[in-house]
Amino acid sequence: MHAETRDPASASVPADGDRRVSLAWRALAAVDDPEIPALSIVDLGLIRSVELASNGTLEVGLSPTYLGCPATEVIRSSVEHALGGAGVGAFAVINVLSPAWTSDWITAEGRRKLESYGIVPPERSAASLREILHPHRAVGCPRCRSTDTECVSEFGSTPCKALHRCRACLEPFEYFKCI
Amino acid sequence: MSTVSPAAEVREFDADAQALFRYVLRLGDLSLVLGQRLGEWVGHAPALEEDLGLANLALDLIGQARSLLTYAGEVEGRGRGEDEIAFLREHGEYLNAILAEQPNGDFGQTIVRQVLIDAFQLELYQRMTASTDPRLAAIAAKSVKEILYHLRYSRGWLVRLGDGTVESHARVQSALEALWPYTVELFAEDELDRMMADRGVAPRLSDVQAAWRGRIDEILAEATLQRPKDRPHSWHGKRGQHSEHLGYILAEMQHLQRTHPGARW
Repeated sequence: MHAETRDPASASVPADGDRRVSLAWRALAAVDDPEIPALSIVDLGLIRSVELASNGTLEVGLSPTYLGCPATEVIRSSVEHALGGAGVGAFAVINVLSPAWTSDWITAEGRRKLESYGIVPPERSAASLREILHPHRAVGCPRCRSTDTECVSEFGSTPCKALHRCRACLEPFEYFKCI
Repeated sequence: MSTVSPAAEVREFDADAQALFRYVLRLGDLSLVLGQRLGEWVGHAPALEEDLGLANLALDLIGQARSLLTYAGEVEGRGRGEDEIAFLREHGEYLNAILAEQPNGDFGQTIVRQVLIDAFQLELYQRMTASTDPRLAAIAAKSVKEILYHLRYSRGWLVRLGDGTVESHARVQSALEALWPYTVELFAEDELDRMMADRGVAPRLSDVQAAWRGRIDEILAEATLQRPKDRPHSWHGKRGQHSEHLGYILAEMQHLQRTHPGARW
């Protein structure tokens, strides 16, 4: 666990607990994912909790998607920046490893945004082990809806996505992997 | 009833922390060294997709190593962070099993090494999610999801190459013969492994081995490959005795930090 406490200049304006929590959520909802800017980190389900600790610090629980995801540090500093400018008072960003982030936590709004951005949202419910090791279902094309598609690469521009190609409309597309 | 002097208690705590530190290094170094090895493929893989695949595997492994080495530094309690541990240790202080440092060889050899280690990490970390050490349990639960995709990738390629052309079959079979002896070290239980299993920090290596064998046999059968015979081994990477390959890996990996101490991105 890493925690950093910041005291932004606006901390001098006291706000009650509920107000601080809702200000924080509003600020966090405006933080885009650096690699999929169509989605906010709240859409991705990366914010696990926003809670007022007994010492008055607002604790924000943040989960990484993948342990080696290069965006993790950018996200963390964007979160700190957004909270610092939102007048939420003293806050701490806490790294939450457990329970491990799952693609099931992407919100309904997040799934809708992914789809309209051209990325197929992950299948629900991170899969039994066997299902990941022996995939049998084809991913549907986000453009023409055909299921006559093939996986071109298990890994795409980020670890969380795979590259696919539609054999019907011949367009390439990305699939957000179920994890 | 026995009384323990405060000094003896301190010593006991130190010995426990030291053991956990060394055990976490074994896990972290395996990921770090393999990740560094896979990174050598960037720009050289047979196709762009495989360049991406191997680079992403490397990225995950280095991410896992970061979590583990950070934890190792905290357990050690001497103020060393992940970078100091990764970049400023000497050859003999690395505790990875030496399978991880074996050269990439051709693409087939890289894939064989990957399947062997992916299946090991999968079986190990699946069980470690129930560790009595909450931090290791959390890292294991996170890692296991990533490793599943690693094995899906490596297994997929091993089947294509093994059950492919005469040439591809011969190459992966010979890579398997060359790398198989190093797998023995993964499961060779020493005092440290036993201590961690007794404390419930880590699973029994014999359990991990049995599950690993089952999984590997299934993959080899699908890939139409023959499992090589077991031979006695004398590798002790887990105790810091490495092949010469590790020196070259460290020279490249540590060059920047040793030339510009404290450099940061």
